[in-house]
Parts: sequence; structure tokens; C-alpha cells
Amino acid sequence: MRLTCPLCGPRDVREFSYRGDAVLTDRPTTPEGFHDYVHIRENPAGPHDELWHHGAGCGGWLKVRRDTVTHEVLSVALAREARS
Amino acid sequence: MQFSAWEIIKQGLTGNKGWKPHWRDPEPKSAYDVIIIGGGGHGLATAFYLAKEHGITNVAVLEKGYIGGGNVGRNTTIVRANYGLPGNSEFYSHSLKLWEGMEQELNYNTMMSQRHVLNLCHSDGQRDAFTRRANTMLIQGDDAEVLSRRQVRDYAPFLNFDNERFPIRGGLLHRRGGTARHDAVAWGYARGADMRGVDIIQNCEVTGFRIEQGRIKGVETTRGFIGAGKVGMAVAGRTTQVGQMAGLRLPIESHVLQAFVTEGLKPIIPGVVTFGMGHFYLSQSDKGGLVFGGDLDFYNSYAARGNLPAVEHVMQAGMSMVPMIGKARVLRSWGGIMDMTMDGSPIIDRTPVEGLFLNGGWCYGGFKAVPGSGHVFAHLIATGNHHKASTKHLLNRFETGHVIDEETTGAQPNLH
Repeated sequence: MRLTCPLCGPRDVREFSYRGDAVLTDRPTTPEGFHDYVHIRENPAGPHDELWHHGAGCGGWLKVRRDTVTHEVLSVALAREARS
Repeated sequence: MQFSAWEIIKQGLTGNKGWKPHWRDPEPKSAYDVIIIGGGGHGLATAFYLAKEHGITNVAVLEKGYIGGGNVGRNTTIVRANYGLPGNSEFYSHSLKLWEGMEQELNYNTMMSQRHVLNLCHSDGQRDAFTRRANTMLIQGDDAEVLSRRQVRDYAPFLNFDNERFPIRGGLLHRRGGTARHDAVAWGYARGADMRGVDIIQNCEVTGFRIEQGRIKGVETTRGFIGAGKVGMAVAGRTTQVGQMAGLRLPIESHVLQAFVTEGLKPIIPGVVTFGMGHFYLSQSDKGGLVFGGDLDFYNSYAARGNLPAVEHVMQAGMSMVPMIGKARVLRSWGGIMDMTMDGSPIIDRTPVEGLFLNGGWCYGGFKAVPGSGHVFAHLIATGNHHKASTKHLLNRFETGHVIDEETTGAQPNLH
């Protein structure tokens, strides 16, 4: 599996660390929302938005859309830009 | 179907054409008292104990594929009770006791072999942690021995004692741990449940729930609607999806874990040995193949196959621990879908839907839990109360803060 980092180009998956569901970029504004934010996941069998860290590359946080059934990478963007 | 030496000779002489199926293949009835979704180890054990312990025999087990085709047939067959935290400690202890009586209880050879589990430690801190764990296991009433480096060398001389980066400082030996024949466990429970009147219905996928005024009424399946007073879910690898049909949002991520087996070799590995630096565990099957595995691939996956970096990591860890296995050839590898919870411990609880019960989130520890899980889940379904061996595996523990985090890695499922 390879990820195409927007800054570094196609790189081996070993350069990246996985952080989990991209819902983590949406911090809740109320205390009640934090249980969901920390613990509850949609966990889809299919396209999944997730965060990867390019630790052995540019150090950027990436938002990756990947199919969890086929491992096909559908899109990669810098997490900061994907949010705004 | 009964086995005996006479029967084996007779069948051997007549071309083995007289063996009969171990369980019936019934058409689903219009309604049952209890429906168990998932014909894996946990679902079949639940149905078996519902019938045996609670006298509830109007039960159906619905399986979308075939019996033994899911994770119960895709694991590394290790059985142990060496957990450290309240909640898990008493549960796995309960489960190991059921393993020890399983063959008598089922009258079926599940090839349960208490050939020991040895965890290696590589630093003073790790040895201290193992000593603490050993004491916890002893207090729970299970067995544990802390071995010195010399004792480990006497026990398993084939390990790499010259590894300067990961020196072996000692080990935690759990003599009642071991391995069992995974397929036989599924078949034994299936036969035992079937003999007591449980309908095992294969090729029957649940496609939805019928819920009226917050109460379960039955399930929609690919073979039509089936009514039920109570429904239990035991669907490892699909817990999120089946839960979603009932409106549940669960603290689960699904990940892939790979495992490997080599060509058959003469007996060289006495029990199960685990590496304390990097995740690696090794045993030898009764057929002689070395069975081993390591970490998850670390990303969400439903593919039931993994990528090469995880393969490379497992092989490196194996070569660090037991260099001699480098001469063995790997025959095959496979991946299983692990429903990883946010604290690495399972969920056995009621759900907000009355009459619907959840058994899931077994991470990669589901096999050793099979009898215990079935036993306490049957108790919960039959009586409405938690069994005393499983009072802490609650669905809302993440909300209340009563998490059971053995690895102390927090809400990060791929690290448990």
C-alpha cells in the first residue's frame, strides 16, 4: 500500500503512522460531545476518511479517503486544507 | 454421530462413506424464543449453554456463511488466562476452567492441549511488571511462575539468548495455558447445541431488525422474517454493521490481524512462546506447522488480508527471538477482521433495545474466550442479569470512565 503525500509524492506506507477516523479533526464544542468524539466510530466497510502522519517524510498530517474493503486509496489531502 | 475405535475401523474399511453430518440442516421456523446471530465459536457456545444450563432449547443460530468459516477458523488457537485487570482477570479464569472441562462436557475431542504459555521479558521494568501480573494471576486462583534467565534457558534452549538488543531477562510461565483445535471447538459446540434442539441455520444472513416500541420482535433475514423473544449478537468482524441495523453506534474499529503457518516440522516448540519486545507469538500445531503472528496492520480494514510491512515486522521479530525458525518455509498466511474496542476489552451487555443483547469487540482475543463468552452471554440472555464472571464488560463503560485498558494505551484501538 502506498499513499501519495501532497508534498512528497507516492511513498511507501511504512513512512506513515495511522491515527484513525478523521472525525478527530472536528473537536466538539460542548462537554457532552466528547464521549462520542473520543470513543464512538462509524467504522464503515467501504470508503473511510482517516488521518495519517507522514512521520518519516514531511511530518504533515494527511486526511486520506481509503476503501477499508479493498485498501484502495481514493484521495489524499493535507488535513489542514481538507478541514477549511 | 458417535465416534469409537470400532466405527473408525469400520468406516476405514468401507471407504469412509458412512459418516453422517454432525448437526441437522433445518428450515427456519417462523419464531424462536431466542435467536443468536452468528454461528462462530461465541454464538454456538451461547446456544449450547442456553440449552444446557438454562433449559432454553427453542433457539436458532443464524449464520450468514457456514459454521466455522469466520474468525473461529482463522485464529492462532491460543488459550490462556494471564490477564491483569479486574473484569478481565475473573472472566478469562472462568473461561479457562470451562476449557479444561470442555471435552468431557461436549463429549468431543477438541484437542485441548495445556502445553504452557511462556511470555519473555527483556528488561528489569518488564520483569517487575510480569511479577506483578503473576501475583494477580495467583490471587485470581490461576497458575503463574516467574522464571529467571537460567530457568528460561533450561525450559527453551532454542531461544536467542545472545541478542544484545533484546536480552532475555526471564519469563512468565503459565502452565495451564496452551492451544486447542479451533475447528473442533466450533463443531463440538454446534453438535452439542444441535443435540439439545437448537436449530443451526447456515446461509442465512440477517438484513435488519424488527423493533416495536423499543422492543425486539425478530430479525429480517435473506430467508425471510423470523420472530424472536430475545436476540443475541455475536458477529465478530461485523459488529458495527449489525449493530447499526438496530440503531447502535459502537466504540469499535475493525482492523486486520495477520497470522502465518509453516510447513510441518518435527516437534521443536514445546508450548506457546511470546516475545516481549515487539509483538510476536509462536506455537507448533499438532500437524507440526509453526503457527505465529504479531501486531495488527494498524489501519481500519475489512479486507481479511494485510500488507507486507506487517509481514516483514512479524518475520523480523520471529528471527530475533528464535533464529532457527528462519529455516522453515512459510506455507500460508491469512488475515482476520478484529473488532477492536476503544480499551481493548470486549463488550457483553444489554443494548438500549429491550431484548437485544450484544457480545462483541473481542479484539484479537476471541478464541480463548469462546467457552466463557458463551457461558456468561447465555446467562445474561436467560436471566437478564450479568454472570458474576463478567460484570464489567459494559457497553456504557466508555461514558462512565470504567474502561478496562490492559495495555494502557487509551482510546487508540490499533495499539491494544
